[in-house]
Amino acid sequence: MTSSRIIQHPILNFERGKKKVLYFEDKPVEVYENESVLAALYANGVRIFSRSRVLKRPRGAFCLIGKCSSCLMEADRVPNTRICITLTKDLREVRYQESSASPPKTSFFIAKKPEEIPTDILVIGGGPAGLYAAMYASKYGANVVLVDENPTIGGQLVKQTHKFFGSKDLYSGIRGFEIAKKLAKILHKRKNIKILTNTSVFGLYSGKLAGAYHLRRKQLLKIKAKQITVATGASERFLVFENNDLPGVMGAGAAQTLMNVYGVKPGEKALMVGAGNVGLIVSYQLIQAGVKVVAIVEAMPRIGGYLVHAAKVRRLGVPIYTSHTIKSAHGKEKVEGATIIALDKEFREIPGTEKYLEVDLICLAVGLNPYSQLLSQAGCEMVYIPELGGLVPKRTRYQETTISGIYVAGDVSGIEEASTAMLEGGIAGISAALKIIGNNEKALNEREEMLEKLEKIRAGRFFERIRKGLRKVLIDERRGNSTY
Amino acid sequence: MNDAGIVRIEDLRRLKLIPPHSRMKAGPVVVVECIEEIPCDVCVAACPTRAIVKKDINSIPSVDFDKCTGCGSCLLACPGLAIFLVDLSIGSGKGRVTMPYELLPIPSKDDKVVLLNRKGEPAGEGRIVKVVRSADKTYAVTVEMEDSKVRDVRAFRVIV
Ligand SMILES: Cc1cc2nc3c(=O)[nH]c(=O)nc-3n(C[C@H](O)[C@H](O)[C@H](O)COP(=O)(O)OP(=O)(O)OC[C@H]3O[C@@H](n4cnc5c(N)ncnc54)[C@H](O)[C@@H]3O)c2cc1C
Repeated sequence: MTSSRIIQHPILNFERGKKKVLYFEDKPVEVYENESVLAALYANGVRIFSRSRVLKRPRGAFCLIGKCSSCLMEADRVPNTRICITLTKDLREVRYQESSASPPKTSFFIAKKPEEIPTDILVIGGGPAGLYAAMYASKYGANVVLVDENPTIGGQLVKQTHKFFGSKDLYSGIRGFEIAKKLAKILHKRKNIKILTNTSVFGLYSGKLAGAYHLRRKQLLKIKAKQITVATGASERFLVFENNDLPGVMGAGAAQTLMNVYGVKPGEKALMVGAGNVGLIVSYQLIQAGVKVVAIVEAMPRIGGYLVHAAKVRRLGVPIYTSHTIKSAHGKEKVEGATIIALDKEFREIPGTEKYLEVDLICLAVGLNPYSQLLSQAGCEMVYIPELGGLVPKRTRYQETTISGIYVAGDVSGIEEASTAMLEGGIAGISAALKIIGNNEKALNEREEMLEKLEKIRAGRFFERIRKGLRKVLIDERRGNSTY
Repeated sequence: MNDAGIVRIEDLRRLKLIPPHSRMKAGPVVVVECIEEIPCDVCVAACPTRAIVKKDINSIPSVDFDKCTGCGSCLLACPGLAIFLVDLSIGSGKGRVTMPYELLPIPSKDDKVVLLNRKGEPAGEGRIVKVVRSADKTYAVTVEMEDSKVRDVRAFRVIV
């Protein structure tokens, strides 16, 4: 099998690290130590990572950020390992597991004592929102612990090869992955920030205690904080169509992780479903990675993303079919083709307009859902706001939820942009810090400036829906919040 | 073919984003194909002569073509790859378009390329006359073509 690793890329250099051998189903496979197990296997032609329980249908790569459970495998005898966020350097062998896994044969999970980590402020999630929350809380002297379950911090930023839109003072005009590096550099220098990657927070308990698990150390962490900012981002939406579970159907963000983080081509010929900014930008990134984008379909009668992003792919010859959707995927054990179909004004399929496309990759870019489960679990008052992408917490203009001392920032509080995520993060960071350090004129002023900037960005036409959504979730900051 | 995702010349004209013919005759000048109110002001910050202005971060850019020196700083900076330079100063029926480029292969001077219009349709052949690389890997590639094509050509495919 030939490898689908990208050797040359117009923007990116891949630091794959040393070569090593990983055993997959007892057969040696050549991998690099900085690749995730999934990326390494994918590069070697593996497309099936598990099977459904009853019908044994193949399951492929879908989210690539540890959320969807399609890639659970037995890794060094530990079942249910999310191989998409596990690097090969930590492993000797992986194998398929029976769909109902047996308990681990070793007991090192419980062998290690949980580590207790006290801190002023805990920030959960290391995307632009979390990075800003940590940066601004630490700036005013608070001690911060920042955790992220991925191997590197940066969130969505690490996968973006394009220069970001926005205002010049918020890193616009710089490529996403470069912004992540710049921010990481600033944070690593701060003595009062402790960064924990490969660490999943699984629950928030009374007294601002967070339960977390260190995936590499395989150790339980008890993080005891005075204030918490939740900046967990979003997860990709799924779409209903025939054979939508075939390997080769994946989230657009998953394709990005494969090609832009690990340098592995997700396919040769792609269909993109969705012409919002994500669908348009990822289409361009697929072309940069050497994948042919056969078409983009969009159910709405018009393109949702910015015209500049659409124009960029159109002039390279990629058709965008508006008022079209995907009807079905075809293929035996993986995608070999797709049928698209036109929709009428009521979004009903128009029989006879089917078109068959030969593709081996179907990317879904049909929106994001706030990844807000931790906030629900903690007991924050949640509301379903379609304009913000789903279930989000009520909060004050200072980003504080209905639980005093639990803040929220970024996509988890409503799907927007990196620039707004940063500002919300900064505002949450300062607000949390103020509770630790007491009143501080400079901090208060800086927070007001950020609020003003946020308002300016949101004044635009593309933020009409966001403004409408926000009006439904904002609560008065003077109203007493409940304590936890 | 549908028009979804195509920047229309009428809109560029209406928004006064197409430089006057006399200015194009005088040398390279900018065409900012950014006609929506999106929150971005990277071009404004990049312009050394303040030829590009935005009333606020969400407004549509406006260009003072007399101030524009055709330096291309904005072209290399624009996150939307939406800025081009056109040049009708060379005469003998030829014109030049400078385009942002972030793909492979990297072309070299004198390479022949297939010209593409805004819909990605082939529009004849052109010749690379200049390739400039920015520090952050965006290329500004200048392609020479028949002068009548300068209005429509916005991409190219390197013939390998
Ligand atoms: C293709 C694409 C292009 C984009 N282009 C632009 C652009 O040009 N300009 C712009 O302004 N915006 C852009 N955006 C939007 C921008 O990337 C997002 O709005 C932004 O990243 C949101 O930041 P965040 O910090 O809220 O979330 P994220 O960046 O998603 O980060 C969340 C982090 O939280 C971590 N996490 C989640 N749950 C847990 C847990 N339980 N424990 C530990 N860690 C956890 C995740 O691993 C992740 O790293 C783009 C987005 C996409 C997908």
